[in-house]
Amino acid sequence: MAAEKAEMDALKKECDALRTQIEAARKAVNDSSMSAASGGATAVGRVQLKLRKTLKGHLAKIYAMHWSADSRQMVSASQDGKLLVWDTFTGNKLVAVPLKSAWVMSVAFAPSGNLVASGGLDNICTVYNIKAASPKTLRELDAHTGYLSCCRFLSDTEILTASGDTTCCLWDLETGKQKVIFTNHIGDCMSLALSSDMNTFISGACDSLAKLWDVREGACKQTFSGHTSDINAISFFPSGNAVITGSDDCTCKMYDLRADQEVIGYQDTNLNAGVTSLALSSSGRLIFAGYDDFNCHIWDSLKGEKVGVLSGHDNRVSCTGVPADGMGVCTGSWDSFLKLWN
Amino acid sequence: MPVINVEDLTDKDKAVMEVNQLKLEVKLERWLVSSLHCEIKDYIQAGVEEDTLVKGISEEKNPFKEKGGCVIC
Repeated sequence: MAAEKAEMDALKKECDALRTQIEAARKAVNDSSMSAASGGATAVGRVQLKLRKTLKGHLAKIYAMHWSADSRQMVSASQDGKLLVWDTFTGNKLVAVPLKSAWVMSVAFAPSGNLVASGGLDNICTVYNIKAASPKTLRELDAHTGYLSCCRFLSDTEILTASGDTTCCLWDLETGKQKVIFTNHIGDCMSLALSSDMNTFISGACDSLAKLWDVREGACKQTFSGHTSDINAISFFPSGNAVITGSDDCTCKMYDLRADQEVIGYQDTNLNAGVTSLALSSSGRLIFAGYDDFNCHIWDSLKGEKVGVLSGHDNRVSCTGVPADGMGVCTGSWDSFLKLWN
Repeated sequence: MPVINVEDLTDKDKAVMEVNQLKLEVKLERWLVSSLHCEIKDYIQAGVEEDTLVKGISEEKNPFKEKGGCVIC
């Protein structure tokens, strides 16, 4: 027993020493604040977007949504046990996918538009072919030992998943098997985002850390700390060189990958609700963050100021998404509705 | 690819994993933050004119606008 404790103490001491070194290295490059650079930038003014459409059809809380790469179709998932594929230009429902398990937490559209995937408390990521005459289950990816919190397709043959079992996983859809397992978080993984070149991805977890991974090697390259509670939402800044996170600690943060640290935070003393979701406008100037306070607040990413709000939902905003062409923003809520704004 | 069953990891395994990860990360090359701030600002400014959510959109060009509707005068 004493030997074990001595080993643990030695390891802890080593950890602490390494952490101190890393903090010193980060401090050494922290030579200015974002406000020094952003001071000269033109203000965006008050951002007042209009509600263009309310999409009605789900019968229970909406937990997730994801835009198709065509910026027109969008898929939503609700605990009414259905995925709905929408034509957002007309408001029509194109496809309804009945789920084996109603406890869905995540949904994704494949870049090709041929497949959608979902999963949740069943611990399984199910992939459906929505181009068939009626939606057909293509694969059931069953190996996680915890809930499926997020999934994202790389292509029609590969998908990444994040799980409450603290791991992320890259799957081969042709074989249905795990290709790479990403282990390093010590809390439930809640969210992931893929880089545009698909060589790296970032994950946010309940250990309040965000991690950057190499997709092929399986290695964790960088770890970003600072949040004081679960990270529920994560996204790449459009340049690919920074990461935005949203947390239960009621703040969002931007971390620059090359500085290996937080460069600006987004918080407001009057905002005491957790962040559930986030999406960026096409230039990266605006951050749309969904909160537990039923609103989606809009932040100026450069100046760190709140510049607007999307109000209209009658319950928590659970998901937020901006399509690839940046033409609008979609919010989904526990009130069972999706809203389109621009 | 070895399958690591996370539930089987002991506290010591987790501590070893953490130390190994920190040893990797301590070697990272970190850039001066001031130059990165400017880069982010420049990136945004290069794209902001085309950013619909910042600049707005005209009714005719708006793909999400409510279509049709009859008005009885």
